[in-house]
Amino acid sequence: MRGSRRRVGACAAMAAGRGAEAEACVGQVVLPGDVLLLPAHPDEDAERLRLGAGAAPRGRLLCGPGLRRCTAGLLVTKCGLLRHRQAGGSAAGGAYWVDSQQKRYVPVKGDHVIGIVTAKAGDVFKLDVGGSEQASLSYLAFEGATKRNRPNVQVGDLIYGQFLVANKDMEPEMVCIDSSGRSSGMGIIGQDGFLFKVSLGLIRKLLAPKCEIIQELSQLYPFELVLGMNGRIWVKAKTVQQTLIIVNILEACEYMTAEQRKQALAKLSGN
Amino acid sequence: MAGEVKTKLSKNLLRMKFMQRGLDSQTKKQLEEEEKKIISEEHWYLDLPDLKEKESFIIEERSFMPCEDLLYGRMSFKGFNPEIEKLMIQMNSRCKEEEIEVDDKMEADVSDEEMARRYETLVGTIGKKFLRKRDQRVLQDEDEDEDGNNNTRPSKKAKKKFLKPQD
Repeated sequence: MRGSRRRVGACAAMAAGRGAEAEACVGQVVLPGDVLLLPAHPDEDAERLRLGAGAAPRGRLLCGPGLRRCTAGLLVTKCGLLRHRQAGGSAAGGAYWVDSQQKRYVPVKGDHVIGIVTAKAGDVFKLDVGGSEQASLSYLAFEGATKRNRPNVQVGDLIYGQFLVANKDMEPEMVCIDSSGRSSGMGIIGQDGFLFKVSLGLIRKLLAPKCEIIQELSQLYPFELVLGMNGRIWVKAKTVQQTLIIVNILEACEYMTAEQRKQALAKLSGN
Repeated sequence: MAGEVKTKLSKNLLRMKFMQRGLDSQTKKQLEEEEKKIISEEHWYLDLPDLKEKESFIIEERSFMPCEDLLYGRMSFKGFNPEIEKLMIQMNSRCKEEEIEVDDKMEADVSDEEMARRYETLVGTIGKKFLRKRDQRVLQDEDEDEDGNNNTRPSKKAKKKFLKPQD
């Protein structure tokens, strides 16, 4: 009860124009323009001894998608739920981000996406990744590619790669190798299979560390799955029917509850 | 007459690198300070208070990967594509490895003492392999002479050292 009162207070403070504490809004809906205040940096408050999370030398706080830095703290730029992750592991110092839903993808550096080759222009392939512009991919950005040994890429092929350059001022560039020169799973996606599009939120749900949907599906049939952060999923199973079943489940599971999903899968495994 | 009149070299010429090689450090420092003084007087600057450096403890990140710790996008189940399955184990264990690294230390198969003992003996035996022929002969002689006859061959024992030529 006390927690909910604190949250209502935070919303009221936000509406009044003052910022609200970031910690109070975790799990709440935030709107663009809201200011989230962060606890003061320990160096400024040298006198006060802070116990708990603030005491250790603070790692950098990660300000994720949907948030921007501003003078007072963090400024929200997208509407959605505010999420927080405690310090430790890959996000030293904790992380805040806004969990929002959208279908249109905006290229981000480092994201792994599925692209469709639309044109071959000399040494460069043009890929459609679902963004505002087509991404370019050099023919040398494949593992083991040299000037003599070109990769066998045709128009209409599917490519799994990551963004090397992706900002609003330049054309996005993709590569199919990582920093050490190995492909590590990227490159041309093989023959057959089925490509379809879902919303970005579902992709993130499916890629979460312990995703029940994926675990349940993996019990059904042997199949192969490629998830691109641009909302595209490619599925391949032994027969066309199995492939289509998996596609339908993945498309529908966004709006099904866990119960409904288990029922649907039970029916299928019965068949 | 020619020796007396010296052409006057301009200050700029004297400031050039090739003219300063012959100078000693003191004169060099003097010249540098003079230069700085000249620059600082002509140099325009803003008469504003120093801006505090912005706090750098927030990193802005536009990608979801580090926030939510997402898995690798290529997956295969029930042996459909064995290479991808191997890759899955590799990629996803990389993420977990980072967590585990912090906690436990690698247990050594061989204890430190044993390692030191082995190393002592090892260095000697393998070291012999790389000795030159002359030194090997010396070693052999040493081993033979241990039995008794130390006096018979003292000259051959001594290594031939470099004799410095006397002036």
